[in-house]
Amino acid sequence: MGGSSPCASCKLLRRRCAKDCIFAPYFPPDDPHKFAIVHKVFGASNVSKILQELPIHQRADAVSSLVYEANARVRDPVYGCVGAISYLQNQVSQLQMQLAVAQAEILCIQMQQEPNLPTQIDQDEKSLLLSSNFNNNIPQYLGFASSSTVNQDPLKRESLWT
Amino acid sequence: MNSGRCAACKYLRRRCPSDCIFSPYFPPNDHQRFACVHRIYGASNVGKMLQQIPSHDLRAKAADTLYFEAKYRIQDPVYGCVGMITQLHQQIHSAESELAKTQAQIAFLNSNDHAQESQVQNIETKLHPDSNILILPEQTNAAGGLWSYVPASATSTDQTSWF
Repeated sequence: MGGSSPCASCKLLRRRCAKDCIFAPYFPPDDPHKFAIVHKVFGASNVSKILQELPIHQRADAVSSLVYEANARVRDPVYGCVGAISYLQNQVSQLQMQLAVAQAEILCIQMQQEPNLPTQIDQDEKSLLLSSNFNNNIPQYLGFASSSTVNQDPLKRESLWT
Repeated sequence: MNSGRCAACKYLRRRCPSDCIFSPYFPPNDHQRFACVHRIYGASNVGKMLQQIPSHDLRAKAADTLYFEAKYRIQDPVYGCVGMITQLHQQIHSAESELAKTQAQIAFLNSNDHAQESQVQNIETKLHPDSNILILPEQTNAAGGLWSYVPASATSTDQTSWF
């Protein structure tokens, strides 16, 4: 060990912390909760396999996202992160509707002000009106609600990356 | 017995007991569902998570969401479904900005419209310097909105609206 303190994972697992311990860079000994929660949800062995399959420069982000998912699952054992996804998709839909209404209002105002001229539509506005969906690449999971115990506010603006 | 085992017990090569925690949620006809979940969470962790949930319906939902998250983690080992959350936050931010911009535009158009109407109602008499047009004070036409000006020496009956 060379005198250095074992990482949080090796402390929890009660084993020797090797020099090349895969967890050590991401689970420092001063934050035992971080590894504990990831271990509870995913298991140390599975986390190790996930990290080993990734290049080193991507492992920190992977750990951050695993910690985020583990926290979400502990807070909401039924829906986990999917509850947040469903909530955010609802928000996007509502904003899209509000935007469509506001853009229709602009068209009405423009038509009232210049009834004899063709309606001046900005090219960006036109493409926005014609585009039907912000979420072209995200599957809709609007059917998933959240458990009543979930507090959505931390997930709304929570900083995901340390 | 081989027949009647759930996908989990088939995968784990064990007997499927009558009170198997997995069997209602991992039917034998969908082996990929349990394989995904086992790969990311492990059978033991999944079993513990399901045991902690009191009702069958909620366990079913939990199994669905665990499968969803496991699938996304396999597809994207770095971000999993958290990548989707980040993307949604960005979309919300864009939509909010666009909405604010559009609402400001509406407010501007409305205030512009009011300003033009009040100009039309309050203009004073003066002779236009570059023409022989006399601008009549506080005259409204039959429509009650616009007023008209008449050339001082015009013989034509044409009237031009001005605002």
